[in-house]
Amino acid sequence: MTRTVLPATQPGPAADLPGRRRPRMRLGRWSAPLGIVGAVVVLLWLVVAVVAPFVVPHDPLAQDLPRLQAPGSGTIFGTDALGRDVFSRVLSGATVTIPLALLLVVMSVLIGAVLGAASGFFGRWVDELVMRVTDLVMAFPTVILAMVIAAALGASLLNAVLAALIVSWPSYARLTRGLVLGLRTSNYVVSVKLLGFSSWRLLLRDIAPNVVGPILVLASLDIGTAILLLSGLSFLGLGAKPPTAEWGSMVSDAVQNFDSWWLGLFPGLAILTIVIAFNFVGDALRDALDPKSVTVRGGGATL
Amino acid sequence: MTRTPSGEVALDIRDLRIDLATAEGPRPIVNGLDLRVGRGSIHGLAGESGSGKTITALAVLGLLPASMSVSGSIVLGAAAAGGEPIELVGSSAAVLGGVRGRRVAMVFQDPSTSLHPQLAVGRQLTDHVRHHLGLREAEARARAAALLTRVHVPDAETALGKYPHQFSGGQRQRIAIAVALACGPDVLLADEPTTALDVTVQAGVLQLLRELVDDMGLSVLLVTHDLGVMSSVADEVTVMRAGAVVESGPRSQLFTAPRHEYTKSLLAALPGSTFEEDPAELAAELVAGHEAPAVPTVLPDGNDAPQERDDV
Amino acid sequence: MTRTAGDTGTTAGPRRNMRRGPARVRGTGHPFARYVLRRVVTSLLLLVGVTLVTFVLTNLVPGDPVAASLGQRAAEDPAIVAQFRAEYGLDKPLVVQYVTYLGNLLHGNLGTSTTTHNAVSSDLAAAVPATLEIALGAIVLSVLIGVLFGTLAAYRRGKTTDHVLRVVSLAGLSVPTFWLALVLYYAFYFQLHIAPGSGRLSSDFNVPPTITGLYTVDALLAGQLDTFLDALSHLFLPVLVLTLYTVGLLTRFVRTAVLEILDQDYVRAARAKGLPTRTVVRAYVLRGASVPILTVVGLAFGSLLSGTVLVESVFSWPGIGSYAYQSASHLDLPGVMGVGLVIGATYLLVNLVVDILYGVIDPRVRLA
Repeated sequence: MTRTVLPATQPGPAADLPGRRRPRMRLGRWSAPLGIVGAVVVLLWLVVAVVAPFVVPHDPLAQDLPRLQAPGSGTIFGTDALGRDVFSRVLSGATVTIPLALLLVVMSVLIGAVLGAASGFFGRWVDELVMRVTDLVMAFPTVILAMVIAAALGASLLNAVLAALIVSWPSYARLTRGLVLGLRTSNYVVSVKLLGFSSWRLLLRDIAPNVVGPILVLASLDIGTAILLLSGLSFLGLGAKPPTAEWGSMVSDAVQNFDSWWLGLFPGLAILTIVIAFNFVGDALRDALDPKSVTVRGGGATL
Repeated sequence: MTRTPSGEVALDIRDLRIDLATAEGPRPIVNGLDLRVGRGSIHGLAGESGSGKTITALAVLGLLPASMSVSGSIVLGAAAAGGEPIELVGSSAAVLGGVRGRRVAMVFQDPSTSLHPQLAVGRQLTDHVRHHLGLREAEARARAAALLTRVHVPDAETALGKYPHQFSGGQRQRIAIAVALACGPDVLLADEPTTALDVTVQAGVLQLLRELVDDMGLSVLLVTHDLGVMSSVADEVTVMRAGAVVESGPRSQLFTAPRHEYTKSLLAALPGSTFEEDPAELAAELVAGHEAPAVPTVLPDGNDAPQERDDV
Repeated sequence: MTRTAGDTGTTAGPRRNMRRGPARVRGTGHPFARYVLRRVVTSLLLLVGVTLVTFVLTNLVPGDPVAASLGQRAAEDPAIVAQFRAEYGLDKPLVVQYVTYLGNLLHGNLGTSTTTHNAVSSDLAAAVPATLEIALGAIVLSVLIGVLFGTLAAYRRGKTTDHVLRVVSLAGLSVPTFWLALVLYYAFYFQLHIAPGSGRLSSDFNVPPTITGLYTVDALLAGQLDTFLDALSHLFLPVLVLTLYTVGLLTRFVRTAVLEILDQDYVRAARAKGLPTRTVVRAYVLRGASVPILTVVGLAFGSLLSGTVLVESVFSWPGIGSYAYQSASHLDLPGVMGVGLVIGATYLLVNLVVDILYGVIDPRVRLA
């Protein structure tokens, strides 16, 4: 198996180090407003996630309301087939999903960054091992591998998170490895070393800031993906177990009660709004940190 | 030896001003440039990088990015083939489309990037010929093969089917020159045509340019920072600094009796120079005070591809 | 598989690097043949890796592999369990078990579904054409739209068109596909009666004689125009849902790739030749961007395969996705692993084709 060693003109911050350059804050005309809208929506959902247990009008698990009632007649979003309040369940879904998605991304970043940095710093067999494992994970489409793992582990929300974690750390490992490799060989870092500054100073003052930016961008864009993945696994019946108020499994319930449109519409809208909000934030963050850091480069010798 | 041009002017640039729109307001890149390229001659435009030379060449073709505005006048002289003189500044996209490649062609600095790596040489030599001159494919290919032979690329027929990466750097630049000449333009803009090449093949490419001027009556605007290149082929030389003309005149005069200090300093930097000057002072002068405005990368122009660069 | 480090991902996190240098081929033999051979070998190694993953997940991870394979009820009968363990060699060392597992796979034995009680291989064989039909439709459609949108956004960089397309593609990437399927089905079928109901054909049509397994193609081959139109109308919604997601992905990548190419000297040179914009875009810009675009198409195919698993069941589309949904929700491990194997292998094949196509579109890979 061959792997191209990092090209000299490595895209991204590594190549753009003409000297001591910090990521410059730069906002596009539109990405900034979109980012602000996204941030507001994210904030709203975070507040909902925190306060939902205390403010929901009904117990999201209580089956004490008339079944399959359309929105309006006493309830805001109607009731489901077991007589539970859909509005309360949608709000409670935030409490279930958002902390797990954040946990998932944080864990992926930590595991990926540590393994990727080790891979880039130590090279040799460490690099070989880590990269072969990422190859293997990436040989599957994400959702498929997560589904397969979750099915083997058994249906539970934590198992779904574990499965999602296994499929999502490699992108951070690769990103970190590439950045570390690129920086290690960049003229700037080499000359700082030649000037006799310590490796720690180098790591903390020069490498870390340049690695953190891109990872942060990828992570912010990944929270949305994490929410989609977790709710998707629950939709497949591999995540949250029945009474739990989880958005994906609520949509799954709606498939069984097709004419009660409100069962699926609202939890889906919840997923859509939070994911799109995170994506707006991530997009704006990327524009702000470095518009070139996520540039796709064409292949080929001269590019 | 300085050739005697016919006296006709092939390209007449007067009071050219190019401003770059920035957040702090327009920033001049070229500031009142006057320059005339005589028919059948090579006019060298010299100056350090960032002095506005390349931007000037792109302005002739109307290929500046939308963030740059042009004023002044660029008149393309009456063509030998019967074309009317044309004012290029402010011309419509249609007019410019007929001029580019057809009456004014350009050779870029690095042939390994200016030729498309995924297109066969034959295709790149013929597509504009078919567009401008309406030739059929077979005719265009025959013409292309003849051109390759003319620029001394061996085995022209085979070469047409090859890709740029299969040639050496010098051969590639010859191909790029053939591409530029394919529609029989009056004016050739050569932007640092030898800078990316090995020293050993530079002379050959320059000699080729000279030949083409002498044999075909081509008029060349040769943009370079390399006065060595200038001294070997240019008939007239204009020296630019920070967007303005410093000195202009026939090569012989400029190289033997430069009037401006800046020209002298550039000449002194030439290897084997006869100009005595304190190297430290010279270096200080070159590096310090003359911070030319940074020239942004140029995107295709705004005429049919309007766009903005929010980072310039 | 050549993967360069340092993928700096956009939204979906590109899983392959966009930057592929020309093949550096050592040794003798035709360089492109060697390149292809190396890719084939790499893909086969990864395929072995894929089987290792499913083996480990089937045999080691579940608390009780016997229960997982047999189903809970059968697992409570000691006689059946003992017979099962002996039959499948579960008392043998792991390496032997893996070799046996591989041998079974090679003979097309993917185990027996605990939900349908059929051989997983025959279940999947029946489901593949249905999935292939929507997957092919969706990939073709999303490449066409994605390349158009991405190019447009790059050319209109910073203008309203660019921003609108940015929001559209971000929205496409943010929609939960299974929910979108439900909403569109409800709206177009249940409320508006525009789209036909679930499945691949309306009940008053007969399945066209099987040649390819794709109903639209088979109907055309049999000259049954009305069957073709009915099959096509059934394809509409599933294809639309899958397309929306991949269009978002493709638009963003194509935009970035085209922006990169627009900055290339050869594009400036093409414009300096006086070629009309249309020619410059088609012959120069898109050709230059074709390598990264091709890479993304491979990626998009992966997310599309993921999408079928989440979408098909909503439309009762009898493909791999519905089978996966049914197996997953019943924790039918042989069924789920069969889906994982088939989709994993398909994805590897797609990426192998992508790798080989690099050589076709880029002479620097093809000709040393």
